[in-house]
Amino acid sequence: MSGMVEKRGVGTWLSHAGLILGIAVICFPIWIAFVASTVTQADLVRPPMPLLPGPHLVKNYLEALLSGGDAPVWRMLLNSLVMALGITIGKIVISILSAYAIVYFRFRFRMFFFWLIFMTLMLPVEVRIVPTYEVAANLGLLNSYTGLILPLIASATATFLFRQLFMTIPDELTEAARVDGAGPVRFFIDILLPMSRTNIAALFVILFIYGWNQYLWPLLITTDPSMNTVVMGIKQMLPTGDQTVEWPVIMATALLAMLPPVLVVFAMQRLFVKGLVESEK
Amino acid sequence: MEKRVVFNNRWLPYLLVAPQLLVTLVFFFWPAGQAIYQSAFIPDPFGLSTRFVGFGNFEYLFGNRYYRESFLTTAVFSVLVTVSSMSLALWLAVLADRVIKGSGAYRTLLIWPYAVAPAIAGVLWLFMFNPFTGIIAWMLGQMGYTWNHTLDGGQAMALVVAASAWKQISYNFLFFLAGLQAIPKSVIEAAAIDGASFWRRFWTIVFPLLSPTTFFLLVVNVIYAFFDTFGVIHTITKGGPEQSTTILVYKVFSDGFVGQDLGSSAAQSVVLLVLVTILTVVQFRFIERRVHY
Amino acid sequence: MADIKLEAIRKSYGRAEVIHGIDAEIADGEFIVIVGPSGCGKSTLLRMVAGLETITSGDIRIGGRVVNKLEPRERDIAMVFQNYALYPHMSVFDNMAYGLKIANVPKPEIAERVAEAARMLELEPYLDRKPRQLSGGQRQRVAMGRAIVRKPAVFLFDEPLSNLDAKLRVQMRLEIKALQRKLGITALYVTHDQVEAMTLADRMIVMNAGVAEQIGAPLEVYANPATLFVAGFIGSPPMNVIRQEIRPGRAALAPGAVIGVRPEHIDLVVPGAGLIDFDVGFCEPLGAETLVHGTTDAGDSLVVRIDGETPLPEAGTRIGLEIDPARILTFDPDGRRAGG
Repeated sequence: MSGMVEKRGVGTWLSHAGLILGIAVICFPIWIAFVASTVTQADLVRPPMPLLPGPHLVKNYLEALLSGGDAPVWRMLLNSLVMALGITIGKIVISILSAYAIVYFRFRFRMFFFWLIFMTLMLPVEVRIVPTYEVAANLGLLNSYTGLILPLIASATATFLFRQLFMTIPDELTEAARVDGAGPVRFFIDILLPMSRTNIAALFVILFIYGWNQYLWPLLITTDPSMNTVVMGIKQMLPTGDQTVEWPVIMATALLAMLPPVLVVFAMQRLFVKGLVESEK
Repeated sequence: MEKRVVFNNRWLPYLLVAPQLLVTLVFFFWPAGQAIYQSAFIPDPFGLSTRFVGFGNFEYLFGNRYYRESFLTTAVFSVLVTVSSMSLALWLAVLADRVIKGSGAYRTLLIWPYAVAPAIAGVLWLFMFNPFTGIIAWMLGQMGYTWNHTLDGGQAMALVVAASAWKQISYNFLFFLAGLQAIPKSVIEAAAIDGASFWRRFWTIVFPLLSPTTFFLLVVNVIYAFFDTFGVIHTITKGGPEQSTTILVYKVFSDGFVGQDLGSSAAQSVVLLVLVTILTVVQFRFIERRVHY
Repeated sequence: MADIKLEAIRKSYGRAEVIHGIDAEIADGEFIVIVGPSGCGKSTLLRMVAGLETITSGDIRIGGRVVNKLEPRERDIAMVFQNYALYPHMSVFDNMAYGLKIANVPKPEIAERVAEAARMLELEPYLDRKPRQLSGGQRQRVAMGRAIVRKPAVFLFDEPLSNLDAKLRVQMRLEIKALQRKLGITALYVTHDQVEAMTLADRMIVMNAGVAEQIGAPLEVYANPATLFVAGFIGSPPMNVIRQEIRPGRAALAPGAVIGVRPEHIDLVVPGAGLIDFDVGFCEPLGAETLVHGTTDAGDSLVVRIDGETPLPEAGTRIGLEIDPARILTFDPDGRRAGG
């Protein structure tokens, strides 16, 4: 709506000013966290805290990574990475397979299966938390990567997305492949997968963030600190009662915890926007 | 919408849906069934046996003052998060859409909070508002306003709303910006030629044309506030002080795991299941509409 | 290389039958065009031959072998689709080679066969490109190439030229014909364009509403249409249909029967001197020829094709029409030719 209308003048400058103000407000918490991660605990406990970075960045981050809270942060980051990748890859694999079956085959109970999957569309684990925990406990999945990953990979969103994508692939292409002699498996590997590349990549970005940011589920399923993920582990580091906490270490951990998903968003911005917009269509 | 061309294979399709179906059955339908089943029983104090109470748990639940208050808290919380996050995002999107140069750079700088986990967002805001050491709490103190969200329920609510809305702004911004950019320029230029001022054009033309996006975001934000803000609440207030920030999802957790009241927690799960289903239906109607236009 | 036999082919979707029993014998190396209006079942028939649609009843034989239950790849056919159906993520080379790779043809032979097809179709400079980097005509050639490299017994074409502009269409039409002649491969070609059908076909199958109305060589079908539908569909402008008796004293028409005359078989004479009179509505001068449109007293709209040099008759003039009696075709009320 810019274009020809009110192209120049005060309006534009006010817009820039407004945007910069908005960005400043939105970035403020991160700036504060960053500053806090570069100073000493003593600098923080007597308000006001400094607003410019101090000299202790390396020391604080090293302390976080190597000792951290109940478990060293490097260990928690590793757990988070395994969980995020497991959830991402798991969701993509089972979703693309089931979407393929539902779109490209006719079989008994096809629509029934579709609705079974579709009913999980937006049911977050938070809602059915207690019984899901019991199921996971019964299956012996506590304190395991399987337990962290498996219950979170059922998702109708990805299935729905792939279904939509497959519907837009022209029938003639499938027919051409059949005339060329491709059976269902070859068609899937040679034609469908390569044609879904960008969608898979876009979905990967969204799901990685989803997986990395899981909080409640790892909180319940991991009691062994060596299995903690960083997003939940940071909670264990927060002050309880009057015990003193090293805020610089906590803030360093917070920044480390948000770094991977934020980097993914920055590095793959175009795919991220595509993935976001499409997964909500 | 059906494919004209299909493959014929007796067992392959079942093999393909099996993994997803299995995970869905084990980790979705089994727990959901379990919740519905448990919601009709009360375990004895020693956990050795259970007693069938029918709808007793639900009667108790809705008779319970705290649960009814939790509903109200959730409603207030959702409305505040949705309205504040959406209006800020819309304002920023309108500005970003107005500037010709640099809207890409602004977009880059505004979208990253989406990647921050709710729990981490909670930690960041908790740090700024820590009653004793937080920088903003201190600034407010300097202005003569005492901040202590651990004592003041209103302040606690404000803080969890701020942290939750902050994280959601980028999401809303992206969709509003996309919606604004999809509005044909000719429509706005026509209005400008008709002599409408910027804000008049905005309210009479742009905003109505944006209504599909707005409605969609409304639903998404309510769902977000209902279910995805657990991390914020848990890190900042733990539902307190005095349950003033205990939203429904937090209560399911705290009654089930902290209070060990499994019957009540199961009944709450069932209530949430119903709520989610309603929201899903609303959402799905909308998805269908968008898919078909 | 092979002949094709269609024996009482029927197709139903649920209870609705869309193809009502089609018989045809196609000789080895013949170019057969299936032509008809959209929705007549011509594509369905082709797709049944390809193995992309099941056959409700009847038999399809390719080279003497019943192929009803065979997968497309087992039928020794290749197909060119209307929208080309090129794999968008594969290069031109890979598009052509894909079928051979699946058939486990050795790599050197694949390279050789693709190179040969590329040379024939003048695609050599484009082998590394993706389909989206090609023009419409080039994509069409790649689709052809994909069919050629397979060295199939039968070519199937499903309206392959309808996405091209008029000029390119004429050029590709000639190329397809030449290629098929050169390779000597039996071809089954579906189109709704009667000009394409006339120019390409050794014989054509004119289809309407799931029925083969007539099978024959193009000029034979043109001169001797078996039904009123064929008479109207083949030829442009279509055959004139006259509902009234055209001169007292001639053998009376059965009630409901009609007469058909091609526009080029009518001469203009003075009123009353011909078999019938009509009032000129308007003329379309096309250069080499002129089409004169008019209406008879009984209300039939007729078109007469006259030489382009002849002075144009004015609108509103009454003119007599002389028709060579030998060129008059009579159709029964059910649309079939009377008296055979």
